[in-house]
Parts: sequence; structure tokens; C-alpha cells
Amino acid sequence: MLFALLLDISYAIMGAGIGAGLAAIGAGIGIGKIGGSAMEGMARQPEASGKIQNAMLVIAALIEVAALFALVICLLISFKG
Amino acid sequence: MKKPFFATKSTFFALILIVFSGIFSSVLAAEEPGHEAEPFNASEVILHHVMDDHQWHFADWLVMPLPVIVYSSEKGLDVFSSSRFYDEHHNAVEYNGYKLDHNHITLADSGKAVLDLSITKNVAMLFINAALLLFVFTSVAKGFKKNHGKAPSGLQSFFEPIILFVRDEIVKPNIGHHYERFMPYMLTLFFFILFGNLLGLLPGAGNLTGNIAVTMTLAVFTFLITNFNGNKGYWGHIFWTPGVPLPLRIVILPVEIIGIFTKPFSLMIRLFVAITAGHIVLLSLICLAFIFGSYAVGVGSSLIVLFINLIELLVAGIQAYVFTMFSSMYIGMAVADHGHDH
Repeated sequence: MLFALLLDISYAIMGAGIGAGLAAIGAGIGIGKIGGSAMEGMARQPEASGKIQNAMLVIAALIEVAALFALVICLLISFKG
Repeated sequence: MKKPFFATKSTFFALILIVFSGIFSSVLAAEEPGHEAEPFNASEVILHHVMDDHQWHFADWLVMPLPVIVYSSEKGLDVFSSSRFYDEHHNAVEYNGYKLDHNHITLADSGKAVLDLSITKNVAMLFINAALLLFVFTSVAKGFKKNHGKAPSGLQSFFEPIILFVRDEIVKPNIGHHYERFMPYMLTLFFFILFGNLLGLLPGAGNLTGNIAVTMTLAVFTFLITNFNGNKGYWGHIFWTPGVPLPLRIVILPVEIIGIFTKPFSLMIRLFVAITAGHIVLLSLICLAFIFGSYAVGVGSSLIVLFINLIELLVAGIQAYVFTMFSSMYIGMAVADHGHDH
């Protein structure tokens, strides 16, 4: 009965939805931390704010790619199901 | 990097015009009565737009069939237009012994795969990208020769700061001395990815850099250049890491060998995911208007799509920068002069 339950496609799609939400949370936490330390660095040393801002954007893009990777997998699950 | 382009008033108004036409066209499209009574299948539309195709589908009524070039040992080389595979919106038609099924061409009777060298949408985008790169950079080079010693003019004045940015911020700090040898590859890589990303954002364009085969090719180039230029210090660090105790070296050895392959693999996945996921998000938001079929949702989604398009422009530039930066870091590690410390 458990096996039949696991084969139910709707649970896969629900899992995909939960996964996409968790990926968004992960991206939010990561970029939030980067943004927070960037703000702190800029407050401590305003003349370095240009460099800090550039580094922050690049690292935000890297973190976002990880979240989008999870998003793409969740989309694939929900589309194939 | 993007600042000089968007600072001009005319580009700002052009953007607003494009966006408003997008809003109105999505609203108008939402009102069109369903010509076939099938429900709107969002996932099919999205995947169809993101993947490669044998025809170029600009709009429902404007479809450009692209040439199909297949080679098989049974039938030899065959070149024909892909419109022969379709009749009145069905693609069950076989032509000349070939069958098109979800973008895979197989022999109709045996079902075997054939060598598919067709000009598909992505290949056509690749040619357009290459032609654009050639045009832009030959004119920049001509301008450089003409303006030798004077201030740059024309297209050269736009691209020269970006080229200098790539040289001074990406290549020189990471590769160190001998960086000139790698500058042509780095510049080509950066501008190919940048133009490919930006071209993919235009309406009706194909998803060039979001095709994993294209990003795999770029990653393979970086892999080959890194490993063919590795000096003794580089290979020494991989196989027999200096400065660590012997048991640890045996442990580090397989990790480092896998690391040779995971580095270009991560380059490939990063660019592919960033661009493809961006396109999927944009398409999903536009499809919202069609799923709900209401004007209000159309207007709202067009506004959100405008903002996400601007983010995608930023992502286009950043992904080009990140790919080039990681490539030059890997090459820098391969050619690094380790000095006297080991």
C-alpha cells in the first residue's frame, strides 16, 4: 500500500512544489547574508562601497544559480508528471 | 558595464515602448478565441520555447522552417526543408523515410537514429551570434588601427572599455604574467557568452547559451586549454601535493583527479541553469496571463515580466563575467609560477 502511495504522481508534484519553495528559502537566506555583510562593510568603509557592491552582485548571481538549479529540477518533475 | 548603454534617453524610451507593446500584445492575445478547443498547456509551451527546434517559431502564424541535414549509413546524406515534416499542425508525417518525433529524427522503418546535422534554431542563433561578433570586432579593430594614438570613435569607443575591463579585472589578476597568450580566448569567451545571453532575451529568439551542448563545448575548451597549458607545478599539485604528509597525499589524489573534471562541469552547469531557468521563469509568468485568460492578469504579469527581464539583463552580464573569471582562475592555477616555497 505504501508503494502504491509512493507511485502516486500527485505526491511527486507536491514534492516538487515543496522543493521549489525550499530552494527559494535557500536563495533568500544566502543572498540575505551576503547583502547584510555587504551593507555592514559599506557602513564601515564608505569609500570601498563600489568594490563591495560589485562583489556582492557577482556572489548573489552564484547563489541564485544554485537556487535556480533546484527550481529547474522541480519544474522538470512537475512537467513530466 | 551596462551603464553607458542605458544612460541614454533613447534607449530608455525604446525599452518603455517595447514593454508597452508587450503588455498590449499579451492582453490582446488573451482575448483571442480558442481556434482549437484544446486547453492551454503551459508546460508544453514553456518547454517548447526553451528547447531546440527544427523550425523557427516566431509567432503562431509566422513559422520559418529550417533546413534539415541528416546523414545515415543506409540512406546517405539528405537535405530538405523541415516543413516537409509537418502538415496542418500535425507532425506525424514521415518524409522520405525519416520521422520527426519530439525533435529527434529517426529512420521511419527501423527507428534507428540518424546523424542530425540540421540547421536548427540554436544553430541558426549560433551563426547569428558569430556573425555579430565578427562584425563588431572587425570594426573595433579597424577603428583601433585608424585611431592609433588618438581617442577612440564609433563602435570602438563602446567596446574598448569593456575589453579593457576583461583584461585588467578578469584576466591579468588571475593569470599573472603571460596573460597575453590567453587574452584572445578570454575575450572571445566573454563576448560570445554575453552576446549569446543578450540575443536569447530578444522576443522570438532562440535559447543559445541555455543549450547544454553549447555550454558544454565552452567548458570543454576551457578544460583543454587549462590542461594543455599546465606546468610541472600544476600537475605536481594534483598528483603529489607538496607540503602535506604522505597518507593525506593518497587521499587527496582521487579528489584532485575528480576535481580536474568537476571544474569545467560546474562551469557548464552554472551558465546553462542560469540562462535556462531565467527563460523558464519569464515564460511561466507570461503563460499566467493565458492560463487565467483575463486582462488584469495580463497587465500585471507584463509588469512583473518587465522587472524580471531587467534582472535577466543583469544576469546575462554577470554570467559572462563569472564564466570568464572562473576560466581565467583555472588557467591561472595551471600556469602559476610557484616560486621557491615548495
